[in-house]
Amino acid sequence: MTNTFLNIDKVTKSYGAVRVLNETDIAVQQGEFLVLVGPSGCGKSTLLNMIAGLEAITSGEVSINGRVVNGVPPADRNIAMVFQSYALYPNMTVRGNISFSMEMHKVPKPEREAKIAQVAELLQITHLLDRKPGQLSGGQRQRVAMGRALTRDPDVFLFDEPLSNLDAKLRVDMRTEIKKLHQKLGTTIVYVTHDQVEALTLSTRIAVMYGGDVQQLGTPDEVYHNPANMFVAGFMGSPAMNLFPAEIVSLNGGIGVKVTTAGGYITLPFPHGAAMESDIGREIVLGVRPESMTDPESADHDSPCLEHVDLPVELVETTGADSFVTILLGGKECIGRFRAKSAATEGQLTHVTFDMSRAVAFDPKTELRLA
Amino acid sequence: MTLRPARILLYALLALFCVYYLLPLYVMLVNSVKPLSEITSGGMMNLPQAWTLAPWKNAWSEAQVGVAATGLKPYFLNSFAMVIPAVTIATVLGALNGYVLTKWRFRGDTILFGLMLFGCFIPFQIVLIPMARSLGFLNLSGTVGGLVFVHVVYGISFSTLYFRNYYAAFPTELVRAAEIDGAGFFTIFWRILLPNSGPIAVVCVIWLFTNIWNDFLFGASFSDFSSQPMTVALNNLVQSSTGEKEYNVHFAGAIMAALPTLFVYIVAGRFFVRGLMSGSVKG
Repeated sequence: MTNTFLNIDKVTKSYGAVRVLNETDIAVQQGEFLVLVGPSGCGKSTLLNMIAGLEAITSGEVSINGRVVNGVPPADRNIAMVFQSYALYPNMTVRGNISFSMEMHKVPKPEREAKIAQVAELLQITHLLDRKPGQLSGGQRQRVAMGRALTRDPDVFLFDEPLSNLDAKLRVDMRTEIKKLHQKLGTTIVYVTHDQVEALTLSTRIAVMYGGDVQQLGTPDEVYHNPANMFVAGFMGSPAMNLFPAEIVSLNGGIGVKVTTAGGYITLPFPHGAAMESDIGREIVLGVRPESMTDPESADHDSPCLEHVDLPVELVETTGADSFVTILLGGKECIGRFRAKSAATEGQLTHVTFDMSRAVAFDPKTELRLA
Repeated sequence: MTLRPARILLYALLALFCVYYLLPLYVMLVNSVKPLSEITSGGMMNLPQAWTLAPWKNAWSEAQVGVAATGLKPYFLNSFAMVIPAVTIATVLGALNGYVLTKWRFRGDTILFGLMLFGCFIPFQIVLIPMARSLGFLNLSGTVGGLVFVHVVYGISFSTLYFRNYYAAFPTELVRAAEIDGAGFFTIFWRILLPNSGPIAVVCVIWLFTNIWNDFLFGASFSDFSSQPMTVALNNLVQSSTGEKEYNVHFAGAIMAALPTLFVYIVAGRFFVRGLMSGSVKG
């Protein structure tokens, strides 16, 4: 393969008879920010540990910068890792923590000092260098952990859920800093998280994992707007994509979908399903993002396919910037993202605008994307 | 604070127990600093009329112990020559075992740990004869080195138990991070694990020091005149069947024998409880 910097080729992992990672292929280009995202137990951390060399690869190959690293010890892979718990050595000062790796690689002292100063400057931790990790706050520890990783000038940075121990506000701040750092350094990054918001904001590409398989590998935009299956659709986005049963019907010479509502049914055009003429009458699962199901004023007026319907409102939850309005569709509670000051009131009919150019369809049995 | 009757009673009772508890120490102390005539004429509880340090000097360097009039001094030194290497080696090996058993897991490691724990429950008496044979085979019979060996073998079971349980709660991510930083097996042990093992090391040292220093059975069984530890020498001093029983000298010798353990407890004692807790809560 050309230009592939980190190549994961048919990699699997089994513990005895239990297979935790099925055959996985991911090719990462130099300078990419790949996020592995998925719920606990999906195999994302296992995959990261195999890239790091902390866990043996059962079968397949991992290569970094053109070199197969199976069996190469972690220290010789030219990688750096930031751990969830930061894993700072409690008996050493910040300076000691940052220089430990260089010391192990026998970097001469003056060079070490220069590098420490440079990294500390970059992360604004110069004033903390002589403190012990126990005297630092969560965010400062996070910075030191990144500083320790930065001294190596690694080929690949590995992040294992680095923000999950921080409080909500600090998490957002550090997220921005990591993104800035990536832009400044341009180093290839593999980042594991279970937080889909982190995945969407940070990555240049996302691998959504579940049950030991990569469900979808694509840019944040692809993964968000064109999910490959119902798992990806339900996992990415907050609130998640609304998934509800519908039927493919013929509508005005094109294809539409028929959806039952609290009071009867509605029929909506379905432009993505244009090629589904042979599927008329078929039961599908329709996927509509909350922002594609909104009040008429908030709708994306550039969309080629807006449909206005009056539907009864079950519940209104205000979040400040938006109101989440619950509406029954196909027997499922679906959430629409409305303006904060919309007129929607519980128990009453309200105008709902569907952006059907964004709607997608899945097979109810295989859960795979149909259109 | 007002002292209510119940509280006064409580403190009085505690003071009474305290006096009762300290009485033997008092008897030992006062009788070790008075001439023998004051003891034999009765009045063991009295303070000395004529203070003297002669019994201490006598016990240390002049008293007849066994066949020679050397006092306890050479045996005191024997005990140190035995206890310091034994405690050091057993502690370091225990820490190394704990490190391997928790951070470098391998097939059958729990079974191995179980077998090592077995050592904690083997009574000393059972191993006397096989150990005598082994020491003979190793050419260590009757030497301080032989005693060190015996105590290390026994001590490893306990030190491994302590360190394994302590390291089980030690974050494995630190070891991982050090691996990625390029540290090897022993570097991780010396630079990461050991510097963070203070509390449990204190527990282990106190435990081993007290047990090895106070041991009489192994000392009596596996040593000769040149290598006898303090405990055996003290026994020989007190049990000598010739001449007058010099109680004041015996008391002085007994206090001397107890001083090192007392010292270890006072210096390290405040870490002891803390270490016991930190080692046992998790693991």
